[in-house]
Amino acid sequence: MKSSIQFRLNGRPTSLETDDSRKLLWVLRTDLGLTGAKYGCGAGACGACTVLIDGRAVRSCVTPLSAARDREVTTIEGLERDGALHPVQQAFLEHGGFQCGYCTPGMILTAAAFLRENPAPGREAIAARLEHNLCRCGAHTRILDAVEAAAKGGKP
Amino acid sequence: MSPLLDVSRGFDRRQFLKMVGGGIAVLVVGGPADLFAQQGRRMYPEDLNAYLLIGADGRVTVFSGKIEMGQGVLTSQAQMAAEELGVALESIDMVLGDTDLCPWDMGTFGSLTTRMFGPSLRAAAAEARAVLLNLAAAKLGAAKTALIVENGVVSVQGNPDRKVTYGELAQGKKIARLLDEKAVLRSVAQFKVMGKSPRRLDGREKVTGAARYAGDLRLPGLLYARVLRPPAHGATPVTVDTAAAERRPGVKVVKLDDLVAVLHADPEAAGAALAEIKAEWKTAPLDLDPENIFDHLEKTATHGEEKDRRGDVDAARAAASRLFESTYRKGYVAHSPMEPHTAVAQPKDGRVIVWASTQTPFPLRDQIAQALKVDTQKIRVITPYLGGGFGGKSAGRQAVEAARLAAATGQPVQVAWTRAEEFFYDTFDPAAVVKVTSALDANGKIALWDYAVYAAGDRGAALFYDIPNARVRAFGDTMYREETGPRSASSLHPFATGPWRAPGARMNVFAVESQIDLMAAAAGIDPLEFRLRNTSDPRMRKVLQEAAAAFGWPGAKAGPGRGRGIACGIDAGAYVVLIAEIAVDAATGAIKVERVVAAQDMGIIVNPDGARMQMEGCVTMGLGYVLSEEVPFKGGEVLVRGFDGYHLPRFSALPKIETVLVKNDDVAPQGAGEPAIVPLGAAVANALFAATGKRAYRLPLTPERVKGVLNASASGS
Repeated sequence: MKSSIQFRLNGRPTSLETDDSRKLLWVLRTDLGLTGAKYGCGAGACGACTVLIDGRAVRSCVTPLSAARDREVTTIEGLERDGALHPVQQAFLEHGGFQCGYCTPGMILTAAAFLRENPAPGREAIAARLEHNLCRCGAHTRILDAVEAAAKGGKP
Repeated sequence: MSPLLDVSRGFDRRQFLKMVGGGIAVLVVGGPADLFAQQGRRMYPEDLNAYLLIGADGRVTVFSGKIEMGQGVLTSQAQMAAEELGVALESIDMVLGDTDLCPWDMGTFGSLTTRMFGPSLRAAAAEARAVLLNLAAAKLGAAKTALIVENGVVSVQGNPDRKVTYGELAQGKKIARLLDEKAVLRSVAQFKVMGKSPRRLDGREKVTGAARYAGDLRLPGLLYARVLRPPAHGATPVTVDTAAAERRPGVKVVKLDDLVAVLHADPEAAGAALAEIKAEWKTAPLDLDPENIFDHLEKTATHGEEKDRRGDVDAARAAASRLFESTYRKGYVAHSPMEPHTAVAQPKDGRVIVWASTQTPFPLRDQIAQALKVDTQKIRVITPYLGGGFGGKSAGRQAVEAARLAAATGQPVQVAWTRAEEFFYDTFDPAAVVKVTSALDANGKIALWDYAVYAAGDRGAALFYDIPNARVRAFGDTMYREETGPRSASSLHPFATGPWRAPGARMNVFAVESQIDLMAAAAGIDPLEFRLRNTSDPRMRKVLQEAAAAFGWPGAKAGPGRGRGIACGIDAGAYVVLIAEIAVDAATGAIKVERVVAAQDMGIIVNPDGARMQMEGCVTMGLGYVLSEEVPFKGGEVLVRGFDGYHLPRFSALPKIETVLVKNDDVAPQGAGEPAIVPLGAAVANALFAATGKRAYRLPLTPERVKGVLNASASGS
């Protein structure tokens, strides 16, 4: 059933006429052309599709578009500010916290949301928070290095 | 010297030259013998695409059939070209895996990029540098020997004002140079770009979401296809009723011989339409499961090949005071790349262009042409970034499906497998069996080695221990097969199998290094000392010693419930040793790998940090096949649809990983992306033995299986 839905997307007001029971992932990727969020499992089990709604990390492959109504949605494309990388992005770049890059947007957004609520977590707390984000290349060591560095680097 | 050729003499039709409008190109002609020899599948051909091209703007475009799937070859190939050319890394643009533009390549696997393609790429770049130096000598009126090159600028030594840039030299030129000789490559001492660890060239795209994968391509009129799938391998459709699906708005149903698909502009709507298709299937019963598969493999894999024979095995067997007889086993393992197989196909100007997540763009192009019954020239495969491959994307079924559906509809079509389809059509790492009988002499030297591997091939089974009497046999086809379709009781596997990161070698080294450890323990000799006593290979001895030094090897025993294991191997031209320290929970059977030291001699290292990343990736990914990953199945039915039923390694499983790059600049660069995954099974199983006195003979070492091992009395399998 089509309806009108408004939300802010990466800082910009966005309006769509569509069925709001559609999954946010596919609306972002198909209707809005934002392909940074990835399909990995379609069951909310891998975290590749992670985006932020009002700063909280959600799995967009199992989240209906309606959950974004009147909210602020941030995707990996919207994490940069004024051309500067977010500290977590910068740390992933510097520490090589990626290999194939497919899980990377979800890892970065999950970590960014976590650090906003927990500015100074230890390595174990970071690992625990990322436990349900899957990476197949085995970049885990560097991902932890990166998030730890971002956490120590100040206020992301 | 090869001739300088005018472009008009036959190269003017080449698309890349038209595209760039001139410059200096170094072309493939034949290519070095190493490339001819790539499994002898196809010679480097009539295909006259370029390795690299220097444009009038001074930028260098490198064309390579090798693709980027996370292993870092985008960066390492650019480093090799920049080094030999004498330009800054930043002035290189890479074009990877485009069958219209890149020189033919059989695929990205087997850690061949650096050790096989690398020398050709470096030679092409060295050739281009020689051409440019000739041009510069003429332009500057100086002898070639008086010229120096830095960052793409040629100047006269001692007179830096007399200079000319590569871009100026290339301007207005249409020079194509054929590469037909071995060029003189720069030495390690001369390296400015190789041997360094610049930030990866794909980094910024990957942390900002700008990196494009096959599924990220947006084309006008794109349709998302969902394909009707059988419930089991070998099942055939009896009835297929698509009426309800066809009634849904916007749905297009395509029925080809063996391919029924629903297409829609919205992927979820395509999925909903697929659910409306009613199909009945006929399934031939196949009585195979993860437990009885091993007997089946031994029975079915009858064709054997002797790979090595030394001394008199029968006499050594008769003379042995004690025989060590063991059987090792390993189940099927999935690739599970985070990006499932995906492709977009677009009909355009009488051709079909296919963007595919594939490790083998050129063979895939041929496969698609065959499926569409058109000439190879009618197909172009373009390879964007891959979200992981690990061997699994050597199989390109999804791209053939997309191309067939695009040809049938005349519209661009995306086929992106769901996670369930990814598990179903994965070409699994095969289940395998190794049987080995060995014996020691009175001095703790190995006197006998009689080894037979079933279904894994012999990669990793070659002996580097000094054994006078030995036989190595491999039974069954190697696992480099991707057979789908009907199955019978005489089929080796109930579904398709194929290469998986260091194929075969993980099984063989698990068996070999477990057996070595078992004999060391029986002889009461420290496992490190036992290995050193039994191999005179200087490279292996050095890597063993450096690994032990980095670990601070204090012996295998580490206190109650804790143990250390050592295992080594040779893979992709590299020598690798892993030392693992683990803790075992006797109540649950859970193993926690706490620390791994990985030492590797891979010859000259192109990018040290990239090599370390690959080694860390091997150890981390390896935790899966060693501890938790095994595909459940019943006959041709794959009993796993998602990550809830198949356990990839997670952050909680991560050990402290320390990598040691063993220096060896006397050997050309070797493989880095596979070797370190090879010995992990034995390193952990040997640590389990050190911790508990019990030996595990089957991977993965799941908690249930470890509990079984701890409760069983000792035996040889």
